Amino acid sequence: MDTLFLARAQFAVTAVFHFIFVPLTLGLSIFTAILETAYVKTGQERYKQLTKFWGRLFLINFAVGVVTGIVMEFQFGMNWSQFSRFVGDVFGVPLAIEALFAFFIESTFLGIWMFGWNILPKALHAASIWIVALGSTMSALWILVANSFMQSPAGYRMAVNGLRAEMIDFSALFFNPHLWKQFPHVLAGGIVTAGFLVIAISSWHLVNGTKERRAFETSLKFGAIYAFIGSMLVVLAGHAQMQELLKTQPMKVAAAEALWNSENPASFSILTIGDEKELRDVFAIRVPRLLSVLAYNSFEGEVKGIRELQREYTARFGPGNYIPSVVTAYWSFRFMVGAGTAMLAISLFALYRVIRENYSFSRPAGRVLLWSCILPWIANSSGWILAETGRQPWVVFGLLKTEAGVSPASVVGQNALFLSLTLFLGLYLLLTVTEIVLIKKYAAAGLEGAE
Amino acid sequence: MDLQTIWFILITILFTGFFLLEGFDFGVGILLPFMSPGDRDRRAVINTIGPFWDGNEVWLISVGSAMFGAFPHWYATLFSGFYPLMLCMIVALMFRGVAFEFRSKQENPAWRSIWDWSIFGGSAVPAILWGVALANIIRGIPIDASMNYTGGFFDLFNPYALLCGLTSCCIFTLHGAVFLTMKTTAALNARAMVLAKRAWSAAMMLSAIFIVCTFLQTDLFQRLGINPGIVPVFSVLALISVRFMLNKNAAGWAFAMSSIAIAFSTFTIFRGLFPRVLVSSLNPKWSLTIYNAASSSYTLGILSIVALIFLPVIFLSQGWSYWIFRQRTSVDSEVEY
Ligand code: HDD
Ligand code: HEM
Ligand code: HEM
Repeated sequence: MDTLFLARAQFAVTAVFHFIFVPLTLGLSIFTAILETAYVKTGQERYKQLTKFWGRLFLINFAVGVVTGIVMEFQFGMNWSQFSRFVGDVFGVPLAIEALFAFFIESTFLGIWMFGWNILPKALHAASIWIVALGSTMSALWILVANSFMQSPAGYRMAVNGLRAEMIDFSALFFNPHLWKQFPHVLAGGIVTAGFLVIAISSWHLVNGTKERRAFETSLKFGAIYAFIGSMLVVLAGHAQMQELLKTQPMKVAAAEALWNSENPASFSILTIGDEKELRDVFAIRVPRLLSVLAYNSFEGEVKGIRELQREYTARFGPGNYIPSVVTAYWSFRFMVGAGTAMLAISLFALYRVIRENYSFSRPAGRVLLWSCILPWIANSSGWILAETGRQPWVVFGLLKTEAGVSPASVVGQNALFLSLTLFLGLYLLLTVTEIVLIKKYAAAGLEGAE
Repeated sequence: MDLQTIWFILITILFTGFFLLEGFDFGVGILLPFMSPGDRDRRAVINTIGPFWDGNEVWLISVGSAMFGAFPHWYATLFSGFYPLMLCMIVALMFRGVAFEFRSKQENPAWRSIWDWSIFGGSAVPAILWGVALANIIRGIPIDASMNYTGGFFDLFNPYALLCGLTSCCIFTLHGAVFLTMKTTAALNARAMVLAKRAWSAAMMLSAIFIVCTFLQTDLFQRLGINPGIVPVFSVLALISVRFMLNKNAAGWAFAMSSIAIAFSTFTIFRGLFPRVLVSSLNPKWSLTIYNAASSSYTLGILSIVALIFLPVIFLSQGWSYWIFRQRTSVDSEVEY
């Protein structure tokens, strides 16, 4: 195993684990803030209890999100020193804003919120959780500014010596079209993540005949609306993102569709088993014209295939293999879209029940609602796996290959990497399991447990 | 003053903020097992830093990202070169970070004890390692012409660096103990006073040895010149005076003095470093300086605007949070878990 492989494995592990906790933080901070606002507005005790209940789960999750984030922050320098030298000029500003603004207000006001229940006036206390929510949303926005640069570089020029990218236009970096498709998608991903957890836990309490029925009905109501809005947004934004990608990284789209040859009109794959060496189908079921519809909102339109793109990229960037892992891209895309469709259906069902004010779920329905909370995690992780592996062999698209970004093996050797990878993997598993145990405990304890 | 110098100063400020603030909550973490065996007492001790520690840790995150942005080569060389050190530090911070939240979530005494010791280790290890890191930064590490670290594990953990690590650990412990004398009541307060005095003696002794070794091992003193100015002298005087403030029961003043000691020594170290950011022990020409490690001036300009806007926001919001929670935490009042 070479250092490149180990460094990539470590980045993949740490990023995916960070993103297990982050979407829940994003979604649940806003959700808790909404509940506390309802408390301030109505003065009803029920809302206060719910705020404390969801706030407690939020805090447990937040702690793990923070510590996995610390690894992300330093990992660029530790494992990707050449990459850091290359992009530092561009990345510096978004990452500095993320830390100096988002993380600071988030952590400071979270401290105030946690310990301020009996000290601050009600409205000020509610304002502090809104600031926390603003902070986590801003941290997502600014880290995605950096990620969008990697996906679709903007606002830069190459330095004279060709060794680094230099920012020349901050507003072009910030108004990168890729960002404004990606950010809504990621934020909506966070909203559905929280929404489905709320639906799952609330309906579990309702099915199991809780004493706190009225409060959990309210909770389910808020959760169902929240999850439904999130599901709609995430699918719409994903659609927009796909269209953006066709312009900036057509290879990723082709790989996600296992589209070997260009087609016009293009078909959408339902199930493909392909041969990656020969670049052809072994077996495929495809819906004619659907991909053209998704790509251009019309029944016509050419979508380029992998073979043609490989030829184009070779002409543009010089000889090399520009095809990412098609299996990974294809299946991660299926998992994401599959989970997204299922979530839309399930949140619609929950919303229907809420509108009918019928909160008595049968056991099987309760089970579906409970287990559906896994879906957002599947979609989030596979979405990032698609986004990051589909960009390969580039780490900064068109500018820097992944292999050129890693720290030199003479500085960070195999043993060190092997040790750190094992340590992080072990620790993350431990943290994840502990978090699940604690969330289960406090979720089952109900409102009284949160007092 | 050029932009590179401004950013060197800003990073010094961020480092100072980090050592000053996270310094006392490292100290509180280190002292936790020695304050009291009682569970409620321990919770009261943790609650003295409960609302603050995460905000304090963000100073470290800011150091990292400001370095990345303003001096990418500094960031890249330092963190890849110090790999084992950074790895230990991160793992320690991870245990510490979750411990505050996880600790109270189960009643089981074994569970609590695991997380109490995580808080201890998670505070002690970074407190030592930051000293080790700073020692290496000022003494010099093998860096080659392409800015890459060429040394091994034991180049980092040399005796001088370890001495510096112990010193920083003792000073943070003292700082934390003084903080506790300011924020606790009754028996805990008396205990904190005893520990503060002990930590003071240890910190004084180690600092004296450290200063002598620094004279022998680094060029810090040559660079500061015959007349080092009032800052280093004041940092030593402030450290000495902590003891007198404690004897007079002036906890607030003692805390002010330990803060000055930390801030001024950080300043001294960075002033001795300037304009270099990492010293190459192989060839002085290969040292990283604020010029060869910096980002373009466009980027530094934008970063400066960012700092101008957000640093005041940070000062105000953190200041406000310290103001809200200015009361001492006592064991009798309702303990927030
Ligand atoms: C609950 C989460 C969730 C759901 C239901 C979906 N996605 Fe997604 N998707 C994400 C969560 C996500 C993500 C984790 O947030 C990603 C990773 C990178 C990114 O920008 O967002 C992502 C990436 C991502 C990408 C790659 C972007 C890139 O490489 O820049 C595309 C093309 C889509 N999504 C498209 C869709 C479509 C058409 C969906 C329709 C159902 C969909 N997503 C549902
Ligand atoms: C938190 C969400 C993210 C997840 C889950 C994620 C996931 C991944 C994965 C799976 C890889 C491995 C790709 C491969 O080896 O083929 C990777 C690589 C990488 N990603 Fe991300 N990523 C995330 C966000 C980001 C962001 C925001 C950035 C930059 C600001 C980033 C920078 C990188 C870098 C530098 C690599 C290493 C090079 C590579 O192997 O491609 N990632 N990421
Ligand atoms: C790959 C690059 C990334 C880096 C370097 C990074 C860095 C960090 C750091 C250092 C923290 C801890 C902050 C604290 O102490 O309060 C953190 C937390 C957080 N990150 Fe990331 N992150 C990355 C990816 C992402 C992505 C892609 C998102 C969102 C789309 C994100 C959203 C958040 C949020 C919302 C938090 C705060 C909430 C929490 O800690 O759970 N991060 N991140």
